[in-house]
Amino acid sequence: MEIFGIPSQALFGQLLIGLINGSFYALLSLGLAIIFGLLNIINFAHGAQYMLGAFSAYFLLNKLGLGYWWSLALVPIMVGALGVVIERLMIARLYQLDHLYGLLLTFGLALIIQGLFRNEFGSSGLPFPIPAELTGSRNLGFMFLPNYRAWVIGASLAVCCATWFVIERTKLGAYLRAATENPPLVQAFGVNVPRMITLTYGFGVALAALAGVMAAPIYQVSPQMGSDLIIVVFAVVVIGGMGSIFGSIVTGFGLGVIEGLTKVFYPEASNTVIFIVMAIVLLVRPAGLFGTQK
Amino acid sequence: MSEVTGPAPASARPDGSREQMMVFLAMAALFAVAPAVVYPVFLMKVMCFALFACAFNLLIGYVGLLSFGHAMFFGMASYVTAFAAKRWGVTPEIAILLGTAAAAALGMVAGALAIRRQGIYFAMITLALAQMVYFFSLQAPFTGGEDGIQAVPRGKLLGLIDLSSVTATYVFVLVIFLAGFALIYRIVHSPFGQVLKAIRENEPRAISLGYDVDRYKLLAFVLSATLAGLAGGTKALVFQLASLTDVHWSMSGEVVLMTLIGGLGTIFGPVVGATIIITMENYLAQLGAWVSVVQGVIFVVCVLAFRRGVVGELARVLQRPL
Repeated sequence: MEIFGIPSQALFGQLLIGLINGSFYALLSLGLAIIFGLLNIINFAHGAQYMLGAFSAYFLLNKLGLGYWWSLALVPIMVGALGVVIERLMIARLYQLDHLYGLLLTFGLALIIQGLFRNEFGSSGLPFPIPAELTGSRNLGFMFLPNYRAWVIGASLAVCCATWFVIERTKLGAYLRAATENPPLVQAFGVNVPRMITLTYGFGVALAALAGVMAAPIYQVSPQMGSDLIIVVFAVVVIGGMGSIFGSIVTGFGLGVIEGLTKVFYPEASNTVIFIVMAIVLLVRPAGLFGTQK
Repeated sequence: MSEVTGPAPASARPDGSREQMMVFLAMAALFAVAPAVVYPVFLMKVMCFALFACAFNLLIGYVGLLSFGHAMFFGMASYVTAFAAKRWGVTPEIAILLGTAAAAALGMVAGALAIRRQGIYFAMITLALAQMVYFFSLQAPFTGGEDGIQAVPRGKLLGLIDLSSVTATYVFVLVIFLAGFALIYRIVHSPFGQVLKAIRENEPRAISLGYDVDRYKLLAFVLSATLAGLAGGTKALVFQLASLTDVHWSMSGEVVLMTLIGGLGTIFGPVVGATIIITMENYLAQLGAWVSVVQGVIFVVCVLAFRRGVVGELARVLQRPL
């Protein structure tokens, strides 16, 4: 069977890879958008924290014998706690300054974390096994779908939707959105805004760590796994605009699919297609697809 | 820019201009005699990166735009210069001019896209565009991919002066560095530079005063890209090498770091910053990835406790603009 002169196996295979990549783009850009909304900083360490998530899962498995499911629960808490410490000790000192300093600080943190891991583990990737429950694949008639990949797409969608629900539809989310608009006013109503900011940063970092755990069995666990990815995620954020939670989810998955399709039809451009889309969006709609120009 | 007719207030000739001239002459003299005691190739590296950092500082220090993708201009100019010198066999000054022109053209395109957003978005867009140029350099046939362009001939300047002698190359690089530095100094202290500072301080006000802010920003961006390209092209000839390192995002981060540690928005800060960082890398080179850790620590310390940078602090103590 062929579609547009391309064997359907290849087409669906690349679409699947696109959706997998899109899951990670969505999770990471979601975390960036939430952090940016409240803290007004771009968390350059997001890629490093994603890598920390994958390495934590690796350590839990090889040092403590705790498997994938334990990691899925524990790692976001551990790395998120580290995020809370970073916010309290460093980022909290920068809120009165130009937002660019937050970018520079987190860039420095990313260099430190990635450098330390590269010293320890070199550049080669470490393998991480797919959990026993999710090995194998099922036949969908037109293609074979590995169970683990189906799980990643489903889990990522579920986490994204749950985050969207909490922020847009619950009381807690209402506080959060209000604090994004006008922190002093929300504080006047008795909400502890500084603590909310700290926990928001922790949550954004936890999302990155969760993405790292889910990525560990698919990509190899390596110190550089986050550094190039984060630049693509930045482009995704520029394309989607950071105003909308829903927007970052849709843009993340959509661009993953576009990238996958490019691999089929014009493989030379597959590395750059997201940046080209970014350039076009900037020309046509500078605020981003779902953003509002401030 | 015919309508650059903004008022030229007294501050266009700030009180410190005499001191700055003296510091400039002292710096020129220092670089002129330094090869007697310091390895000249190391000094040439410092000068190339100092010019690169000065070009970057033109944008962050005087327009308030943080570009996280300046490696694309540095690296692209380095590739074009190396290619022209090696494959076409042109003289070094033509090769560098071609590289610089390529950086200017790239700056025109990247700038037109990036100035459509401000602040943090500007940084992310420049970073993303630079990553695109990186992948382009990885795949394009003329860049040599992972190998880069090696053994670039330095050639004969104007067909007369053989640059294979270290002394001739040193003088050549010194002249380029000082000329680039003087040009940036002129730009900053011109009426055009005053408008840039006005945009940095209060963009809506600059707009309401009738300045076409986007054109000013774009011109500043192109100037910065061009000078970064001049630095990149010179570097390619000095080290006879153009490689992927020059276009990688870590190079963009490095130039940010040099400017930050030297002092954002100071005239001499980037030169001091480049000297510090290049010296440090020279000594830490055998330690591999520790270089990146140390760079990260410097970033964190500078942002948390040392935001004025070396020259900025010095200027505060002396109460003179430097």
